[in-house]
Amino acid sequence: MRRSLALGAALTALVLAGGLLSFVWTPHAVDGMAIADRLKPPSAAHWLGTDHFGRDILSMIMVGARTSIAVALVAVGIGMGLGVPLGLAAAAHKGGWLDEVISRGNDLIFAFPSLVIAILITAVFGAGAVNAIVAIGIFNVPVFARLTRGAALSLWEREFVLAARVAGKGRLRISAEHILPNVANLLIVQGTIQFSLGILAEAGLSYVGLGAQPPVPSWGRMLADAQTMVALAPHVALMPGLAIVLTVLGLNLLGDGLRDALDPRLRRRRP
Amino acid sequence: MVRYALNRLISLAISLLIASVAIFLVVEVAPGDPASYMLGINAQPDTVAALRTELGLDVSKPERYLTWVSGMLGGDFGTSYTYRAPVAQMIADRLWVSLPLAIYALTLSTLIAFPAGLFAASRRGRAGDMAVMGATQLGVAIPNFWFAMMLVLVFSITLRWFGAGGFPGWDAGLGAGLKALTLPAVALALPQAAILARVMRSALIDILGEDFMRTARAKGLSRRQALWRHGVRNALIPVLTIIGLQFSFLLAGAIIIEQVFFLPGLGRLVFQSITQRDLIVVESVVMLLVFAVIVVNFAVDLAYAAADPRLRTRT
Repeated sequence: MRRSLALGAALTALVLAGGLLSFVWTPHAVDGMAIADRLKPPSAAHWLGTDHFGRDILSMIMVGARTSIAVALVAVGIGMGLGVPLGLAAAAHKGGWLDEVISRGNDLIFAFPSLVIAILITAVFGAGAVNAIVAIGIFNVPVFARLTRGAALSLWEREFVLAARVAGKGRLRISAEHILPNVANLLIVQGTIQFSLGILAEAGLSYVGLGAQPPVPSWGRMLADAQTMVALAPHVALMPGLAIVLTVLGLNLLGDGLRDALDPRLRRRRP
Repeated sequence: MVRYALNRLISLAISLLIASVAIFLVVEVAPGDPASYMLGINAQPDTVAALRTELGLDVSKPERYLTWVSGMLGGDFGTSYTYRAPVAQMIADRLWVSLPLAIYALTLSTLIAFPAGLFAASRRGRAGDMAVMGATQLGVAIPNFWFAMMLVLVFSITLRWFGAGGFPGWDAGLGAGLKALTLPAVALALPQAAILARVMRSALIDILGEDFMRTARAKGLSRRQALWRHGVRNALIPVLTIIGLQFSFLLAGAIIIEQVFFLPGLGRLVFQSITQRDLIVVESVVMLLVFAVIVVNFAVDLAYAAADPRLRTRT
C-alpha cells in the first residue's frame, strides 16, 4: 500500500511540476508555428514529437497541464466550499427541515447525468474554461455534502461532542471546532478523487469543443485536433492521452494511498 | 413495500418536475433568438415576428413551459425549429443508434467485469488479484474518447478489421450494424467494466467473511461451490445497483463517443441542435436522458428494496 502512495505522489508531483515549470520555461515556444517541423515523430530535439503546426508536444502538454489542474482544482474548491458547510449544517440539524432539504437536494443532483448537464451548461452559457469549472463544480457539491453529513452524523454521537455540548457550545461552534477537523482526512481523500474525475471531465468537455478555447492549450483539445491525423502521426494522439492517463492514475493512487495512510479502517471501501 | 414504493414514486415525480423546470430555465436564458438565428441578420423584423408566432415563441415563458411539458406527457415533443420535423420522431430515429450502443456496452462491461471480479476475489492478495486490480486502476484512468481513438488506430487503421466510424443503418443488416457499434461499445464499456469489477470483487470479499459462508464450507461445499451458490447470489445486490447507475454514465458517455465515431445518435443530435440554436430539440433530448436516468435509479431502488427489506426505511 505504501507503494501506491509513493507512485501516486510521484506522478502527481511530476504533473504539478511540469505545469508550474511551464510558467517560466518550456522546451520550445508553444505559440509559434514551424510548418517545416510539422508532425515529426519523437526525437532528441522534440522528445514527444511535434503537432500539425510544428509545435513541440511536450511543451503543449506542460502548458495544457495548467488548464487541467486549474479547472479541476477550482471545481473541487467549489464542491468543498459549498458542500462541506451544507453537510455540516445537515448533520447539525439531523432530521430537521434543513437536513431534509439538503439531503433531498443532494439526491436530486446525483440523479442528473452530470456530463449531459455539463454539456448543456457549457453549450448554453458559452464554451470556455470558466463555464466548464462551474459545470464540473456543481456536481462536486453533493459529493462533499453527502460525505460530510454521513461522517459528521456519527461524530455527533461521540462523547467528546457531548462534552462540548455540555460545556455550552452551540452547533455552529461544535461543527467548526470538533466535527470539521475530524472529517478533514476524509475530505482530503475524496478531494483527490474528485480532482482526478475533474481532469477527466475537463478533457471530455475540451475534446467536444466546450472547454478551454484556443489559444489556451488543453489536453482534450489537443486530442480533438489530433483525431484527423491519427493515421499520419499516431504520436500526436498518443501523447496527450498518456498525459491524462498518468495524471488521473497518479491522483487515484494518491487518493487510495492517503486513505490507507490516514485511516486504516477505510481500506477497501472504495469500489 | 407498497408504502415505500409510493414514497419513492412521489420523489420521482418531484425530481422530474424540478429537472424539467431547471432544464427549461437553463435553455431559456441561452443567448440568441432561434427565429432571428434561422432567418439570418438581414431579416425584416416582421418576418422574424411571424416566425416567432409560428414557432410558438411569442407566448409567455410559463405558457411555453406548460405547453412543452404537457406535450411531452402525451408523447409530443414539439417541432424542430430547424428541420420542421416532429422532435419525437427525430429522437426516436437517433435512439435506434444510441440505445443499442448503450445496451451493447453494458453487456460487454458486465461480461468482462463478472469473471474479472470473481477471479480477483477468489485469489485475494495473490498475483492474479493484483493484476486485475492494477488493470482496473488503469481502466478508470483512461478517458474513453481517447481509448476510442486508440481503438480506431489499432483496429481500423492498422488492422483494418473495423470501419473508423459511421453507421450503415440497421437496414444493412444486424451484423453490419453491430459491427459498426463494436468499437464504440468497447470504448464505452472499458471504464465501466473496471468500476464494476472492483464492486464485484469487494462485494464478494465482504461476503466471504460472512458466517453463512463458513456454514456452507462446514457442510462440505468446496470453496468454489460455496462461492458460486452463496457468494455470487449475495454479491449481485450491490453489483446490480452499480449496473443501474452505470446506465446513466453510458448514455452520457455515448454523447462523446458518438463524436469520435461519427455515429448518428442522440449525442450528435444534441451537438447539432446546440450549434443551430434548435433549443426545443436540446431541451427535449436532455429531458429524455434525465428521465431515463431518474427512472432507472427508481427501478434500482425498488429492486433493491424488494431484495433487502432493511433498506425500506430511510436513514
